Amino acid sequence: MDLLIHQVLSGLATGGIYASVALALVMIYQATHLVNFAQGEIAMFATYICWTMLNAGVPYWPAFFLTIVIAFVGGLLIERVIIRPVENSPVLSVVIVFIGLLVIFNSVAGWIYSYTIKPFPSPFPAEPLFGNTYVTSHELGSMAVTLVVLGLVFAFFRFTPLGLAMRAAAQNPASSRLVGVRVGWMLALGWGLAAAIGAVAGMMVAPIVFLEPNMFGGILLYAFAGALLGGIDSPGGAVIGGFLVGVIENVVGVYLGTELKLTVALIIIIGVLVLRPSGLFGKVHVARV
Amino acid sequence: MSAPLLQVRGLHAQYGPTRVLHGIDFEVKQGGITTILGANGAGKTTTLRAMCGMVRTEGQIMLAGERIDGKATEEVVRRGVAHVPDGRGTFMHLTVEENLRMGAYTRKDKEQVQADYERMYTYFPRLRERRRQQAGTLSGGEQQMLAVSRALMLRPRLLLLDEPSFGLAPRIVQEIFRIFREINQTEGTSMLLVEQNASLALQLADEAYLLETGRVVISGSAESIRNDEAVRRSYLGY
Amino acid sequence: MTRQDAAFQPPPRRALSSRQILGLAVLLVIACALPFVLGNYRIFQITLALAYAIALLGLNMLTGYNGQISLGHGAFFAIGAYTAAVLMDKANFPYWATIPIAGIVCLVAGFLFGLPALRLEGLYLALATFALGVAMPQILKHKSLEHWTGGAMGVVIIKPDAPAGIPLSQDQWLYFFTLFWVVVLFFAGWNLLRGRVGRALVAIRDQPIAAQAMGVNTAMYKSLTFGVSALYTGIAGALSAIAVQFASPDSFSVFLSLTLLIGVVIGGLASISGAFYGAIFIQFIPNLADQISKAAPWAIYGVFLIAFMYLMPSGVAGLVQIIRRRLSTVRAQPRDVPAVSLKGKEAR
Repeated sequence: MDLLIHQVLSGLATGGIYASVALALVMIYQATHLVNFAQGEIAMFATYICWTMLNAGVPYWPAFFLTIVIAFVGGLLIERVIIRPVENSPVLSVVIVFIGLLVIFNSVAGWIYSYTIKPFPSPFPAEPLFGNTYVTSHELGSMAVTLVVLGLVFAFFRFTPLGLAMRAAAQNPASSRLVGVRVGWMLALGWGLAAAIGAVAGMMVAPIVFLEPNMFGGILLYAFAGALLGGIDSPGGAVIGGFLVGVIENVVGVYLGTELKLTVALIIIIGVLVLRPSGLFGKVHVARV
Repeated sequence: MSAPLLQVRGLHAQYGPTRVLHGIDFEVKQGGITTILGANGAGKTTTLRAMCGMVRTEGQIMLAGERIDGKATEEVVRRGVAHVPDGRGTFMHLTVEENLRMGAYTRKDKEQVQADYERMYTYFPRLRERRRQQAGTLSGGEQQMLAVSRALMLRPRLLLLDEPSFGLAPRIVQEIFRIFREINQTEGTSMLLVEQNASLALQLADEAYLLETGRVVISGSAESIRNDEAVRRSYLGY
Repeated sequence: MTRQDAAFQPPPRRALSSRQILGLAVLLVIACALPFVLGNYRIFQITLALAYAIALLGLNMLTGYNGQISLGHGAFFAIGAYTAAVLMDKANFPYWATIPIAGIVCLVAGFLFGLPALRLEGLYLALATFALGVAMPQILKHKSLEHWTGGAMGVVIIKPDAPAGIPLSQDQWLYFFTLFWVVVLFFAGWNLLRGRVGRALVAIRDQPIAAQAMGVNTAMYKSLTFGVSALYTGIAGALSAIAVQFASPDSFSVFLSLTLLIGVVIGGLASISGAFYGAIFIQFIPNLADQISKAAPWAIYGVFLIAFMYLMPSGVAGLVQIIRRRLSTVRAQPRDVPAVSLKGKEAR
């Protein structure tokens, strides 16, 4: 029983990571109807940038926030400079560009930082809170941080004019132009936000899985599974899906052993797609003939 | 006579390789209402789209003396041109309130914007009732009211209306057109109205142009065209 | 939608013009001459490229012509490869017999996968096939299949010799063997795609509901297309395994599936010649990238990918089409919609 509680809580912690990346995926999907395959690599690269700053002696929290800003600007620039020229190209061409980005970030990270695994510090104390045996301080702290970030993002979209404009631009770019929204910049902002969220996820997960260029491969897959499970066009659903996947992964790992963990993600993906493609909270699409 | 708010000279427009407008001229006077009539396929909707930079054009489009041809849609809108497109273009997944808020997106005067929400709800009480409902759940007539309100939230100098009567019950159409007239008279908003329902349009408008396969074939004051039985019979069908 | 999703219209073709037939004949002659001009290693590389071309044609049928996006075709490549390898290693089948068998196995596998895939569209199908592509290496390594597949170590096979009496090296012989299959499969594919079947596939891609309303059995076509596409890719996998002399799970990672998709898009969707352009790209550009930068070759590869998509979003075949059109016709003016003659009063 103890073990189960520990796995559930720890699953919620990693679930927070998956939820964040899933949210980033859904944000870009809503605006462009495309899944950004390069999301994980961008997050990984941002985490390396943080590592560089930490190594140069910058204290943790300033480095943390600076990384978020850098990731935001970076994501924005990527959209304006690299994605924009192919905005009106066929879908598959844009997918190839995403794959290109993925490969470039992965390779450049390996080149600059080498493929050896690096430890990444956690800002949270090493001793568990109140000496409990269920969850480490980092897992708790990471959960808290991801919840704060997700909360801020939701508040932004729900309550600010800019957030409303971004939602409108994602749903209906033509009508948004008709009210004066600069849709191109909304898209860029979306990318910036997605990159920033990914950076937070990276900095929270790196202490657990260690920093190396391929760290996000599995995480991206789990984030996909979470986004699909929750509903690829529902940001709230994607977040819940992410947490669910984290818990399921850990609980299944207890009973079936850890080599099959990746298979669990795959089964979730295939299961959702076959049984209920719109996910738990997504809208079921009725095609009007 | 004051200079026209909107002046169009030699406008050509095309979708891909297909040219739809072949050099048309028209204008909308300051505070006036101009209507463009014609059958399906004549190029009426294309004309409105051309005003907003939504199709490829050649020729001159001048708004209060400034050339706006070639400008991006959102830039034209920011110069005070509001377009109610055919199909209404409502944000289906946003609430009625959020739709109106989007209409006021480019405005800086917060208090006036609040007052304007009230104004819209006064024109269209149904919208007040359904404020927090998703726009996609509204009926056709209500969506049209919402589309018009959203456009008015911009406090535009020029209002472009694409077949506002389409698919609406006559009673609602009368109501909407009454509101157009009121807005034109109290706010001085100029309007460019595209309509298939010629009699309705000619009652509201000051000037009229008749398009046929991308060319202007008749133009003149709405009154003179209304009274010209021969034109009405052969071109407007009534 | 502002994107030109339906931009890839295969040019309507009936029979080939005599000029095209001549061109193909010349190409065939050159192809047959190559093994005697180039060294064994180059021939080996070109053999692999030819195998890829078959795979790309298969994937193109599914994705380009029929609009079903697959990010998991590496799985069928793997099934074909393992079928050939296991038959040769465990059952002592001669190499040439494994090809049709690999094809049939993959035809069935593809068809079976295509059936549930009917319910999935666009993004969802892409993700499902992606999951298939990711899962395949794990499945191949699984304990229960280890006896056949050799687990993580894979299966090693012996490179076949040229038949007795023919003075060709192994690489040269394999090249001609592969070339034979290329000719057969491309001719069959071309026939299939230029006729009713091809039109039905494109109709299903562009307007599925209208196609169905016109009596096209959409479900049957789509599943069959999956099957045939898998057949082609499986044969390609078998040919490639024989050339490379082994099959191991890690050679069929999801990256292979991505590579195949890259090949199809770069070569040109809904285009038969595109299969060749794409095959050349995926076989040789990684080598080129490696030469440009030893430190970060994949970064260079990524730059190539992005550059290609900027310059030719419709692939090499699309670019070739554009160039052909520019060279042969006078630049077209925008066509005027013919005006109705006007009666009565004139404007102003």
